[in-house]
Amino acid sequence: MEKKLTVKEMLDKQPKHHLTIVLTILILGSMTLWSMAAISIPSTNEGGITIIRSILRSLADPNRDWLFTLRPIGIPRQMFETVSIAFLGTILGAILALPLAFVSSRNITGRLYSFIGILSVTLIRTFPVFVLGLMFVRVTGPGPFAGVMTIGLASIGMMTKLYVESIEDIDKGVIEALDATGANTLQKIRYGIIPQLSANFISNSIYRFEINVRNATILGLVGAGGIGSTLIWAMSAYRWKDAAAALWGIIIVVLVIEFISTRIRRKLASSD
Amino acid sequence: MKNNKPNPLTLLGRRLKNTSRKLTFRPKEAATPASADGATMNAAPLLSDKIKTTINKLTVQTKNVRTYTLFDGTTVLEPFSKTPLIFLILGTLSVISWNVTNINLFYLFSRFSNFFDILWRMTSPRWSYFSTAIGPMLDTIQMSFLGSLIGALLALPVAFLSASNITKNRFVLGSTRFMLSLIRTLPVLVYAAILTLAFGFGVFAGTIAIILFTFGILSKMMYENIETVDLGAYGAIEATGASKPKAFVTAIFPQIMPSYLSYSLYSFEINIRYAAILGYVGAGGIGLLFDDRMAWRRYQDVAILIIMLFVVVFTIENISRYLRKRLS
Repeated sequence: MEKKLTVKEMLDKQPKHHLTIVLTILILGSMTLWSMAAISIPSTNEGGITIIRSILRSLADPNRDWLFTLRPIGIPRQMFETVSIAFLGTILGAILALPLAFVSSRNITGRLYSFIGILSVTLIRTFPVFVLGLMFVRVTGPGPFAGVMTIGLASIGMMTKLYVESIEDIDKGVIEALDATGANTLQKIRYGIIPQLSANFISNSIYRFEINVRNATILGLVGAGGIGSTLIWAMSAYRWKDAAAALWGIIIVVLVIEFISTRIRRKLASSD
Repeated sequence: MKNNKPNPLTLLGRRLKNTSRKLTFRPKEAATPASADGATMNAAPLLSDKIKTTINKLTVQTKNVRTYTLFDGTTVLEPFSKTPLIFLILGTLSVISWNVTNINLFYLFSRFSNFFDILWRMTSPRWSYFSTAIGPMLDTIQMSFLGSLIGALLALPVAFLSASNITKNRFVLGSTRFMLSLIRTLPVLVYAAILTLAFGFGVFAGTIAIILFTFGILSKMMYENIETVDLGAYGAIEATGASKPKAFVTAIFPQIMPSYLSYSLYSFEINIRYAAILGYVGAGGIGLLFDDRMAWRRYQDVAILIIMLFVVVFTIENISRYLRKRLS
């Protein structure tokens, strides 16, 4: 048995992290200096402060005519369109991600195909949502349709990644047990695979829907429908009350959807 | 549902629930079909319980429900599957959204070749554009680095303020959490758009937008993490006579530091992607070039931008993933 050490000797025996800490601080410090050099802090101008103040003031007093009307220009209609874009986009993304996820799972297709699958997903993920939006506006013309396509394609990356994780976690024992009872392939998929994956898949899709609603609120900037165009238009015209109405629309809808999504996902996680 | 005495049947039922076919239980001795459920209901039944009871009643009244008899003589009903209902709701919502968003499949198929046309033109990148794009790309990295760093530093104290096991004052807890969720609702791009109006176009506005975004998400991740911290060690060190701040640093910090660093790295990873589009509203970085090149239909240049972004994101993601693995 090892001889008992005193507290001091124990402390001395601790692994030394000095080098790592010094290195980390050096790297962080030099990167900070490098970044600071690039960012010139603008001199505080009166105009900027006035603008921030008027935005904050109009947030307390938004354009109520827009906020509570069902006319096409009103915020409720626009938010409804935004959520619709996100909803259809999520469904499209979920459907497109499903086959990709099965191809990219190592325990289903093996190393080579999973590598190809993951590579293509990474390539899709590289395109910023905005660039995809601009591309689809060229394809389908401006409007919510372009937004749906954009959101659908942009969702593939993350959804595939999350799907792959749950597919690779599959408990093969269940399938072997079904094999032993004489189940055929269809029954094996129905009773062995789908119950293991469905909760995870639904939960991931709802989570992505939440993100997509946020993404859809800004797609209007490139002309792909939703509330973004109204917001930017009002802001560039310095119409703060209208902009504030749009901001409240986004805040309320995003908060409500986040709340519902968290509730459903918690329930799905606990029923596993 | 709250059940005071665990019925052996419910225990068995729970175990059976985990099998692929879900089952509900109706004890043999139960006089009325729904009483098994009704007995456990409290004085003011919840709406969800009411619905469950109604569904159970309906299930029993329907004659063609499959029943199973278990080894101990209990009859078990096959429950109604919720799947058709979910599909019905999803279908209805899809149809509504379909109409709202004016989807035109014919249009899509006839013009989808344009999409591949754009992609095809991206396959021959114009390499000379690289020298023009490298500057804004570095700006993007600097913006997201500084934004993540400052945002992460600001997030830690606020995370302590909004962790329910550290802050006991309910008012402080509620107000900080509400503020955090307000900050998180608005997209980075909206912040950037507002800030460029206030501070003028350029990297500064973008950096502030990234700081706000990082602060919002990191504070939430951290307070959820802090709430899982074991406070026993804190009490133990305090009992040895250490002062409160000292006990805090020795007991709490080592527990949250690894996840704090790992979350900060993670937010740096995602910030690069966000910083890349901020230029669209004039907040500096590579986004401005994306907008410009797309508007001029110079897809060969867009390809260069995408390749650069890919290399940067890939490198940073892998370094960060390596460091995060070391941390955990």
